[in-house]
Order: sequence, then C-alpha cells, then structure tokens
Amino acid sequence: MSQTFKGSQDYVASQELMGAVNIAMVLQKPLLIKGEPGTGKTVLAEAIAKSLGKELIIWNIKSTTKAQDGLYVYDVVQRLYDSQFGEGGVDNIEKYVKLGKLGEAFTSEQQLILLIDEIDKADLEFPNDLLWELDRMEFHIPETGRTVTAKHRPIVVITSNAEKELPDAFLRRCVFHYIEFPGEELMSEIVRVHFPALDSHLLQQVLAAFYRIRALPQIKKKPSTSEIIDWIQALVHGGFDPDKIVQEVPHLGVLLKKNEDIEAMRRSWR
Amino acid sequence: MFSDFLYLLRQSGLKISMTEWMALCEGLDKGLHGATFSGFYYLCRAVLVKSETDFDRFDRCFLHYFKDVPFEQEVSQELMDWLDRPDAPMGIYDAQQAELNEMLSETEIERMFHERMDEQKEQHNCGNYWVGTHGMSIFGNSGLSPVGIRVGGDGASKRAFRVAGERRFRDFRGDNTLDTRQFQVALRHLRQFSGLVDLPPTEFDVDNTIKDTCDGGGTLKVRYKRPRKNTVKVLLLMDSGGSMEYYSQLCSALFQAVSKTRHFKDLKVFYFHNCIYSRLYNEPSLLHTQTTPTDWVLNNIPSDYKVIFVGDAQMAPHELVTGFAYQNGQGESVRRSGLAWLELFRNRHRHAIWLNPSDRPTWGEYWTRTYDAIEALFPMFPLTVDGLEEGMKKLLVR
Repeated sequence: MSQTFKGSQDYVASQELMGAVNIAMVLQKPLLIKGEPGTGKTVLAEAIAKSLGKELIIWNIKSTTKAQDGLYVYDVVQRLYDSQFGEGGVDNIEKYVKLGKLGEAFTSEQQLILLIDEIDKADLEFPNDLLWELDRMEFHIPETGRTVTAKHRPIVVITSNAEKELPDAFLRRCVFHYIEFPGEELMSEIVRVHFPALDSHLLQQVLAAFYRIRALPQIKKKPSTSEIIDWIQALVHGGFDPDKIVQEVPHLGVLLKKNEDIEAMRRSWR
Repeated sequence: MFSDFLYLLRQSGLKISMTEWMALCEGLDKGLHGATFSGFYYLCRAVLVKSETDFDRFDRCFLHYFKDVPFEQEVSQELMDWLDRPDAPMGIYDAQQAELNEMLSETEIERMFHERMDEQKEQHNCGNYWVGTHGMSIFGNSGLSPVGIRVGGDGASKRAFRVAGERRFRDFRGDNTLDTRQFQVALRHLRQFSGLVDLPPTEFDVDNTIKDTCDGGGTLKVRYKRPRKNTVKVLLLMDSGGSMEYYSQLCSALFQAVSKTRHFKDLKVFYFHNCIYSRLYNEPSLLHTQTTPTDWVLNNIPSDYKVIFVGDAQMAPHELVTGFAYQNGQGESVRRSGLAWLELFRNRHRHAIWLNPSDRPTWGEYWTRTYDAIEALFPMFPLTVDGLEEGMKKLLVR
C-alpha cells in the first residue's frame, strides 16, 4: 500500500498517531483507539477517510448491538407478510437478506474505511463474535448458502472508551493507540484549524486558563478538546476582553459540566 | 534477533503472544519503523501493547533492554568527536542560566537542539549556548545544566529514551488506586448468569417465536426461554472510622461504585469498626442506635451471598484476639474474639474476600500481627483496579 496518512486539513494528528495509523494499514490489522473523551477518536476515522480519499462507513455500537447485526439481517417478518399477501419473489431468500455495515464494507467495489464506534458499549462477548470476520474478512450466510468475502480489505478503525475490558483474543489482533491529551503546543495547532482567524493574544489567554483548570486536582471531569473549542466559540461570540479571560473565566459552564467542579474551581481561583 | 526482548516483556507481566510478535517482525520487515529508533519504539508499542495501563511497564522494559544501544543518528561524527573531551576544564556554574534552562519544556529543548545542530560548525565546550561539554548549555555532556539533552560522552544519549524515559504513563498503571468509574468497571466482572437449567422458561422469546412461526408457514407458535439474570448477591462489610479515615475517599468511591452497580441481584451493606464483634452498624457514622446483631446477619443472610470485607486489617492485637462479652440469643453472656467472629463468616460463606486499602505495614511487629492473622483467614487483595479484579475472580471460582 503506497498511501500513508499524514493528518488532514482539519484534523491535527500527533506524530505517534500518524505512525499508528500507518502501521495498522500496512499490517492490515484493525486499529484500536482509546483515549480521554473529547480527544477526537471518532473524528480520526473521518480524517483518515478524507486524507486517503476513501468512503467512510460508520457502525455505531449500542448496548443492544449484536455482532450479527453488522453482518446481515434475515428479514423473516417481511417474508411472512409477503407470503400471506401474495407478493412475488417469496422463494428468493436473497431478497430478504439485508447486509449490515460490515457486510456493506465487504461488498463495496472500492476499499473503504470502516469505523466501529464505541465497541465497549456492546455486550462483553461482542468483540469475540467478530474475531473471525475481522481476521478473514469474510462471513457465511447459511440461509442462502452464500459466503461474503471482502473484495478489498477495508481499513478498520475501532474506538473504545474503556467502559468494558476487551477480550485478549480480540486485542491480540489489533494495533493499539492511546490518544494522549494534547499538550499546549498541539492544542494551539488544533484550535487554529478550527478558528484560523483567531487573535493570537486571545488564544494564548484561553490556553493559559484552560490548562490551569485542567491542572486543578479537585476537578473531577476535566474539560477536553471539544469543550475548549465550544468555549472559544462562546468567547468570540460574546466579544470578551482577552486580558480578563484568565482572571474571570467567563462562560464557565461551557468548560465544566458538574456543579461541584464549578464550585471547586471558583474556590481555588484567585 | 532480539527475542530476549519478548521474554523480558512477558516476564514483566505483559501478555504478548506469537501473533503480535510476528506482526512486529512483519512491521519491521516492511520498514514501518522508518529506520529510526523512535519509530521502532512506537512500532513496538502500537503492536505489542494493548492497553494504556501497560504503557509504563512496557517503557521500563524497553529502557532496560535497549539501554546499551548507541545513539548515533542525527548527530554527526564530527560533533561526537568534539564532545569526546572528558579532559576539558569544568565551566562556571551560573544559577541564573540554570533557572532559565529549567523553564524550558522538553519540546523546546528538542527544537533548539535541532537548530544548534544546523548552526554549529566547531567545537564549543564550557559554554551555555552550543552543544558542548562541561558547560551550562542544555546540550552535550558532563555539563552543569539541570535539564537538557545528553549528547555523546560516557552515557551515550539515546533520544528515544527521552520518550520512554519520561514514563508519562505511570498514572495509567492498573495497580494504581482508582476512582468510582474504574471501580464500576472492575465490579462488572462480578457476574454469574443464572444457569440455563435452574429456572423455568418464563420469558417470551420473540426471535424464536417469529422464526418458528415463519418456518411453520405462518401458523403462530409461541416460544419461551429461560431468563438470563445475574444471580450474584453481595454482602459488603466495611471498616469505618479510626485508622480507616485515611482511606475514606477511596472507600467512599468503592461504596458508590458498588451501590451504583445495579446488576447484583441483592446487595447488603454493613459497617464495623476495626473488627467484627457482636453488632454491625447500619451507617458509616457508626451510631450505636442503628445496629444489627451480627448473629442475625450470620443466621439470616443466606450462605450464597458473596462477602467482601473492606478494611486495613490493622488494629491492636488484643482487639482481634481478646474480644468482648455479649448477650447471645439465649440470654447467656458469651465472650467471643474478633477473630472468632471472622471465622464464623468464613465458615458460613464460601466466597469471601478481604480488600485492603493499605499495604502490609513494613515496620514493627505490632500492626503486622493482625494483618497476617486476617490474611490467613481470607484471601486478601489490595484496593486497586488489579486487586479488585483479582478479588472478583476469586469470588466467582466455584
């Protein structure tokens, strides 16, 4: 594979992250991404798709999602209806087999990016049920006797919030990367991508206040990248005096979402 | 080629399989490390390590194994020759410069280092700007600056170790003590689904009903299945007050996690002070008006409850072995030691563990005696993520 991922216009990736993405692509293994909430795990897949010019398929995992849903669904109820109301084509089971996200990615004519988002939301056994499919990139539909094999191995990105431990057998097949919370330098780069025209003095003040808040040990839910972006939006919109930001921290509710955090911050801020 | 590294990693507790090792070899074969040492480090980490809690362990092994690899890239041989001057006179220590140097971040130092590399055309020792020896400069060796990048000299700097050596992931280690959320995750291990045989099929099985109905060409066929429920019942006994005050935050985090975990079939919580005697307290405030006789707990809580003790197991020895007199159910006055009470619990409940927020005391025999006595009675685990997980596994063993 000659293509390499170098970040995209609106996604700033650290050197290590780019390395991990490329390792996963070359080794043809799923890339497992973990990290603090709001560090851009989900957006990463979009950025990869954009920078490689490939289509992106997102499979959002919920607590009720089963591995089978991603492969195919055999719509027996529809078939029953059709048979009772005399619709044609009831004998053709293929008509009632609907491919899931994984099946879609396998049958695509072009290579694409498959994002399995928040895999830890599903049942504990979920990742194990996908081992074979992700390894071999194929699955079998017993109802029709068809085997769906990937025409082009999709680039699989999996995100997890570490709510559940993933099984070892599954982990063994992945390339792992932990997105660290960006440092001040990288953060200013990220903010620049979102607000290209932002006054640099304002940015400096915002970052100073932001990292000071994050460093407070009393804060339970630390503000993250998405929150600083919202905060800047609010500050710019309100036309706040940059020199007063560190002192007064306006629109605090955008940064801190818990009552006790806001109180703790107010107490320790001088 | 460096398979010892694999064994070193496995020895340190990282579960690395052949699959991953082969993937690493394949990655190296395809040149994914980009012929740099840092690239090699990141390749190894991405392929071999699967959790940020293991990053620190990996970093230490990496440092240990590759500490003798010479660092040569990015520094010209000429510069290395200039730096090979153990005989140069020691420069003058400059406190102001030291302070300035200390304010520089790692990335700044690294950026400056690259600038210097391009600028430097000759040997500069004892100074505070160029890459050189015995000076206040942040680069070079045998210098006086409190921070900086070591280049050349005896230690032969390894830049990848700036990364590995930082051990930034120390806080993520699984054996660190933890917060509510992490506790909750650990507690999820404690589940045991009702066996498929010991309950009547009472739950309406939608999927199979539809399937069978369709298979039968539309004749309704209702199917039932056995419910799948967590059958784990927990009796939580927590030490409160006294020496436990130090751990109150940790214990309240555990308590919140346990009470928020809704998947237990039943949860009963009682409190005690130091050790268990004739009465258990209903509230952590240890009010004498709100207590439950321990006899009642022992007689009425079925033995299939899994018991979790939380306490530091440190008390005066007489508190454990002497005990106090109390009135038993027949109105007789009986004297029973704390240890005897604990034994009653152990004999009744097959699954019981003791979680300890404190380490075994390293000093003095006085406190270790009760610790060891209790550890002999119950499997004891530290109150950390790893400890809790181990404990949960112990509770599930049949």
